[in-house]
Amino acid sequence: MRPEKHNSRPEISPPESTTQLPSAPTHANVDAIERMERGSELGWRAHLAVPLAALVALAIHLLFSKRAPAVETHSYTLLFYEIVGVSIVLSIAQRFWMPLRSWMRHMCPILTAAILLLGLWDIVTFGFQLLPMPYFPGPAAVLRSLINDRVLLLDSTWHSLALLLSGYTVGVLVGLISGICIGWSTPIRYWGMPLLKVVGPIPATAWIPLAMVVSPSAVVSAAGLIALAVWFPVTMLTASGISNTRASYLDVARTLGAGRAYLVFRVAIPAAIPNIFIGLFMGLGASFLTLVVAESVGVKSGLGWYVSWAQGWAEYGKVYAALIIMAAFFSTLMTLLFKLRDHVLVWQKGVIKW
Amino acid sequence: MEASSLRIREVSKSFPAPDDPLTRRLTLSNISLSLAAGELVSLIGPSGCGKSTLLRLIAGLDSPDSGELLVGSEPITSPNAERGLVFQDPNLFPWLTVRRNIQAGLVARGVLREKRDEVDQFMRLVGLEVFANAYPHHLSGGMAQRAALARALINHPKVLLLDEPLGALDAFTRMRMQDEVLRLWQAHRTTMLLVTHDIDEAIYMSDRIMIMSPRPGKIEQTISVGLDRPRQRTSEDFLRLRGDILELLHLAGESSVENKN
Ligand SMILES: Nc1ncnc2c1ncn2[C@@H]1O[C@H](COP(=O)(O)OP(=O)(O)OP(=O)(O)O)[C@@H](O)[C@H]1O
Ligand SMILES: [Mg+2]
Repeated sequence: MRPEKHNSRPEISPPESTTQLPSAPTHANVDAIERMERGSELGWRAHLAVPLAALVALAIHLLFSKRAPAVETHSYTLLFYEIVGVSIVLSIAQRFWMPLRSWMRHMCPILTAAILLLGLWDIVTFGFQLLPMPYFPGPAAVLRSLINDRVLLLDSTWHSLALLLSGYTVGVLVGLISGICIGWSTPIRYWGMPLLKVVGPIPATAWIPLAMVVSPSAVVSAAGLIALAVWFPVTMLTASGISNTRASYLDVARTLGAGRAYLVFRVAIPAAIPNIFIGLFMGLGASFLTLVVAESVGVKSGLGWYVSWAQGWAEYGKVYAALIIMAAFFSTLMTLLFKLRDHVLVWQKGVIKW
Repeated sequence: MEASSLRIREVSKSFPAPDDPLTRRLTLSNISLSLAAGELVSLIGPSGCGKSTLLRLIAGLDSPDSGELLVGSEPITSPNAERGLVFQDPNLFPWLTVRRNIQAGLVARGVLREKRDEVDQFMRLVGLEVFANAYPHHLSGGMAQRAALARALINHPKVLLLDEPLGALDAFTRMRMQDEVLRLWQAHRTTMLLVTHDIDEAIYMSDRIMIMSPRPGKIEQTISVGLDRPRQRTSEDFLRLRGDILELLHLAGESSVENKN
């Protein structure tokens, strides 16, 4: 919204205006400079986008909330007062604190859009009830479910986390071992690859009926299924990464006196790490899917179970509350894995687009 | 470490022809040569005549179709840290910093603890101290080649095989590195086989120069460089030798064209 405004203005400002900015940061990259320029032209108005959007959303809500009992909308209103307050404080604080300013410049458009979307959701559901009712509650109702049911939600998140991590860890460990063996050793590849190609592509969730029979406990079988779902992509990509190691790296190492351990652990595996991380990401996605399905079918705890349980009672506010938690939970795990990758693969910075 | 002599007797090597995988094309034909312990020999010849192939055989990375390769009295069967090879491409490990690349040989042989101080010494030798913690893609082509040289030298190989190690360097760095390699060679008495495209470099550095001709690769002629070290690149003898070798190379190239037709 703001950038468009900027672009539509005739370009009168001389290009050297960027260098004349007194506050130009020394570490600024091109993006940052661009943002600086825009910010200085729009002045204080840019920083007020978030509080303004929040005020708009709040006004929308207050307009409609008269018809509903106060308890239902109270916390949502309160939340928006807080957002307005915090964002005003931040826009003042950013004048004095450089890192905060560049962070806010970066986040301002997306936060504004998110808040306006909340307002839109409010209008469509709570306001005019354009969508069929028990299925599409307004944001205030979802927030209320989130707050009222926080103990159970927290407990479910904890159970999901424990189940996911145990399954994922086992799947990754087994996948790395089998991937390295298949990638490195020709006889193991001969026997292992067909098995991998036949068994691997079956979605882990298709084993649910069998898993229920075989294992005494639903949790154990769910962890096993998650491990299976993770194992396949990790094995596949590790194996291909290892067997695609450039022969010249292995040749160099051998002329330097490397034995087999060095060739595997210090040449082939580092060379395969970029591939291995692709496998880890794919495995994480598969593990989310398997987790939710397993929890809604057999396991009597966790977020997947919570969603189907709340749906059974037609409490859709709770369903959405659980979905929000799930989104935050899964994207946090993804972000952590990205951070790990950035840390392990620093050497790729500059080699690939990054 | 003691140098070793190197003997190659009637070695042939063929590869599947790229256009027809059923036939094999002879790349090296009946190569025989020997290097005395501590000798520095250059190998020059037109591109594609099999110089790199010969070095891979000596390193033990490939095995010949027929013939015999001996280091001292030991037959060459597999790669060994006693035979160092600097590849035509630097082939630094991109996931290791320059320092870790250079000490790779010590790690591979499990002697890093005892010889850690040598790492700094070799990094200084190739002028890369400042880049110790940089990753290889931050290096220029010449710097990468120097790092690769240090990585091979740190093992103090008895036989050092160099495949155009100074090819990517500018003229000044190149001359400085030639002197450095010579100094190392004299200090460690390594047996050295140097592949180069640079006739001046071959004359400046080596005891003998072998000229190869292509299709199939064979050694056309061996020339002894009887000049005293340090050699003058502009002395009369130097220039005359240079003219002779140019002539021979020209003939080698022509004969290969005749062979082909
Ligand atoms: N692994 C291989 N498979 C098939 N052919 C090969 C292989 N290695 C080398 N050759 C062939 O052997 C011939 C000699 O190659 P080599 O790399 O030894 O030449 P070179 O003398 O080092 O050339 P340059 O000076 O350009 O490096 C080439 O024709 C090449 O096609
Ligand atoms: Mg070559």
